[in-house]
Amino acid sequence: MNIVVTLKQTFDTEANIVLKDGKIDATGVNMVMNPYDEFAVEEALKLREKDGGEVVIVCMGGADSEKAVRTALAMGADRAVLINDPALDASDEWVRAEVLAKAIKDIPFDLLLAGRIAVDDQSSQVAVRVAEVLGMPSVTSILKLDVDGGKATVTREIDGGTETIEVPLPAMLTAQKGLNEPRYPTMPGIMKAKKKEMKTVTLADLGLNAADFAPKMTAPVYSLPEARKAGVVIAGEEPIDAVKKLVKLLHEEAKVV
Amino acid sequence: MAKGIWVIIEHHDGEVRKVSLEILSKCREIADKTGDPLVAVIPGKDVAALADSVAAYGADKVILVDDAKLEGYTTGAYTSALSKVAKKEEPAAIIIGNTAIGKDLAPRLAQRLGAGMASDAVGMEHDDANFLSFKRPIYGGKAFATVSATSKPVVATIRPNALSLGEADAGRKAEVVNEAAEIDADDLKAIVKEVALVASARPELIEANAIISGGRGMKGPEHFAILEACADTIGAAVGASRAAVDAGFIEEKFQVGQTGKTVSPTLYIACGISGAIQHLAGMGSSKVIVAINKDPEAHIFTLADYGIVGDLFEIVPLLTEEFKKLS
Repeated sequence: MNIVVTLKQTFDTEANIVLKDGKIDATGVNMVMNPYDEFAVEEALKLREKDGGEVVIVCMGGADSEKAVRTALAMGADRAVLINDPALDASDEWVRAEVLAKAIKDIPFDLLLAGRIAVDDQSSQVAVRVAEVLGMPSVTSILKLDVDGGKATVTREIDGGTETIEVPLPAMLTAQKGLNEPRYPTMPGIMKAKKKEMKTVTLADLGLNAADFAPKMTAPVYSLPEARKAGVVIAGEEPIDAVKKLVKLLHEEAKVV
Repeated sequence: MAKGIWVIIEHHDGEVRKVSLEILSKCREIADKTGDPLVAVIPGKDVAALADSVAAYGADKVILVDDAKLEGYTTGAYTSALSKVAKKEEPAAIIIGNTAIGKDLAPRLAQRLGAGMASDAVGMEHDDANFLSFKRPIYGGKAFATVSATSKPVVATIRPNALSLGEADAGRKAEVVNEAAEIDADDLKAIVKEVALVASARPELIEANAIISGGRGMKGPEHFAILEACADTIGAAVGASRAAVDAGFIEEKFQVGQTGKTVSPTLYIACGISGAIQHLAGMGSSKVIVAINKDPEAHIFTLADYGIVGDLFEIVPLLTEEFKKLS
């Protein structure tokens, strides 16, 4: 079974966000594979170990995204395609989905996997949009996956519980935390990854023209939240006195209970 | 020309979900400014009875998309049916809650309509240049991005609890119309085999008005019962930090944080949670934050509105008793 995993490089979730000239400043920030994409890569590798086939990583990003792509290759993915074109710097989810779909269409696959959300822009749209462009079903936020013959049985998270869905392949599935425990790249894995194929392509290489992809959303205007300040801290009191004081404040001052 | 603001209504057990009413309330304000009709679109089976409640929150028109195939949510059937009605009616905006259904449906619907989309917005305003602008948290709430669409319709999902609920006016009436659900066979490929809802008297984490969460300081799964007891006195949901989830104290679905649920309740009580940036990202927009931690140096105290330095195993049961006295 051949599997394509779409992947994004993001800021480490421990990173602080700083604005510089109205943009998010990446200076000194540790870049990692989007944490949810790790679940997608792991699931793809598990399926390949069971059924054979090939795991191909498709990533959109600048040359520095090579780090996350190499991590996926070191985990065990077979090869990768990096779509790197300056015209995509000002893209939106619609543009990214159209371009990714074009790149993916040329790769033979039975299953498309992605993280359910990227922890940077948090838009959680692109994978589902790709499925729509490719005309295949999408199931989001999956917690369990079984593939048997031409169909997948997945358990996904819904508000208040889970549901089990049967979907014919090819299909696009997005991974939620809990699907699996991603492996760490091993030293031999890291060495091997250096020799694996990573093909960098531009829009022109994909037969696309940047002029056809004017974003449907405006460029984001960034702002930072107002910093919260420390409030009343009750310390050094008998527990019962502290609790009575707190409940009084919540009831009379904050009026939330 | 595209006109009208659509709110796609979610409902459960014959009741409209609160987030749908929050969106209607805000869109009513906007529609009063722009003169756009505010349209509540209700997909489902036997949904006519819901029309009065959406009218009471400001809908001028209600479109019922009533079909047995829409009784339970599926991505394909909902996308098929709603995209066809949208193509016919040409709304300028399509808004839905950022719930399990909204998150799944909105991007698919947006792509089918060739539309731009703003995900998980916490604010929406009328914008002279581009009709509507949406403020959305990014990087787990460590920053915001404000965006609008350069074309119509624009699709958006709105975070539950982010917009204030207006007053219901039972005297308000809306025009009610039916639209047939036309569903393509191609959109019925995925089949729901089983829905397993966990019976819980507690509210959904993302929609709860109050949340009480436990972290590494909970020491073990058996102790979450004290949080549950406290939660039940004030109708709160129970949450957890990543540390508690990773330690195996509680299931992942309870995790609040950048790689878990993002919540903005009126009251968030963090027990034995140090306040890692990962966690703050998920709950930093709560209106009132209370911290209970035995470490006076815990980072959570630097941003909590109220805090008690003390042993949560002593404090929480006392808090439960005091909350009981209030009711």
